[in-house]
Amino acid sequence: MLDKEGIAKRIAKEVKDGYYVNLGIGIPTLVANFVRDDISVEFQSENGVLGMGPFPFEGEEDADIINAGKQTITTLPGASFFDSATSFGMIRGQHVDLTILGAMEVAENGDIANWKIPGKMVKGMGGAMDLVASAENIIVAMMHVNKAGQSKLLKRCTLPLTGVGCVKKVVTELAVLEIVDGGFKLLERAPGVTVEEIQKATEGNLIVEGEIPEMAI
Amino acid sequence: MINKKVQNAEEALQGVKDSMTIMLGGFGLCGIPENSIAELVKKGTTNLTCISNNAGVDDFGLGLLLQKKQIKKMISSYVGENAEFERQMLSGELEVELTPQGTLAEKCRAAQAGIPAFYTPAGFGTEVAEGKESREWNGKMHILEEAYKADFAIVKAWKGDEAGNLIFKGTARNFNSCMAGAATITVAEVEELVPAGELDPNEIHIPGIFVKRIFQGEQYEKRIEQRTVRKK
Repeated sequence: MLDKEGIAKRIAKEVKDGYYVNLGIGIPTLVANFVRDDISVEFQSENGVLGMGPFPFEGEEDADIINAGKQTITTLPGASFFDSATSFGMIRGQHVDLTILGAMEVAENGDIANWKIPGKMVKGMGGAMDLVASAENIIVAMMHVNKAGQSKLLKRCTLPLTGVGCVKKVVTELAVLEIVDGGFKLLERAPGVTVEEIQKATEGNLIVEGEIPEMAI
Repeated sequence: MINKKVQNAEEALQGVKDSMTIMLGGFGLCGIPENSIAELVKKGTTNLTCISNNAGVDDFGLGLLLQKKQIKKMISSYVGENAEFERQMLSGELEVELTPQGTLAEKCRAAQAGIPAFYTPAGFGTEVAEGKESREWNGKMHILEEAYKADFAIVKAWKGDEAGNLIFKGTARNFNSCMAGAATITVAEVEELVPAGELDPNEIHIPGIFVKRIFQGEQYEKRIEQRTVRKK
């Protein structure tokens, strides 16, 4: 079974040379730490920066340079700043190659829910609806089951949707799954995890074809 | 040169009245028009509809207007960092319209550019699409979103000149750039206001035609919401 860093490490392998990547808040943010340093990748933050670098050194933080999580950041050579409409133009116009975000539920038809729990505080969708509706290549980083032990990979989402039929791949602490016609196709198992354990934690239709390899991280 | 300079926030916000719709730039606390917000608090204008990506924090930004119950309705994409906001929303005192961030930005830009409405895929199949026209374009479903109509747009820039030209810094550009010219009257507050001719025309982000009144803010706190650093 993987921890959150492990999930981020596995997703980092999906980041290819020349990609522009948008990272959501939470596990996705960790992905930046594990991208190979022999490839060229630029990270986009939807509040208006391309070419994000690491957090600033103490004393060098600038109130005018933040990421979408409102954290102080730095920029790398080649970076640019732009307004919010231009930023979402990059996203809607499919200029961003890969979007990695978290979710509360994913359904076997690719639907995703990650912005609202009725009856509890509603913080808003931020840029999530724009991202999931537009991106060609969306990977969801999430835990396979919730704190109550219930599966988050469902036949149909029960929470209000963020987008329909948009998720392509899910990486959890247990598995890598691809969303295909008819369900979640199991691609890889986390180290030490059996197909039966993944089956038990998946409420949606799990498609298992042949031997399922263990992830190499 | 058409001179847009006014002396201070009080003069810049003349004509702001109860029940108006006001756009305010900023992302979180980054690039918010601090001096104009302070002036709105001082004026005590109420029943406002505010279009702003976020709603500030409890004791800064739009949170100051919420504390004084000056806002009737918030139109935002994310409002997570404000306990008073949550209280007013759950008690029904505050009306809230949540809009996807890219749609919010485009509704501003559309207003700025004279486009009455546009199609976007964001929100199709979700509760955001309820009551809106939907249509297939290039094999994909989209929903029709309308440009905002606002009485005032209040934006904040780094530098400006008397002609109303604006230059932003870093990610403080965000919605400020999209809102300039998107309302009947646009007010710009800047950290540094210079005479016309001092800014290089090649470097202008927003041309002065979009700005009606400009002033230099008295002071800027520029509070950081999530100070995140690494060790040397």
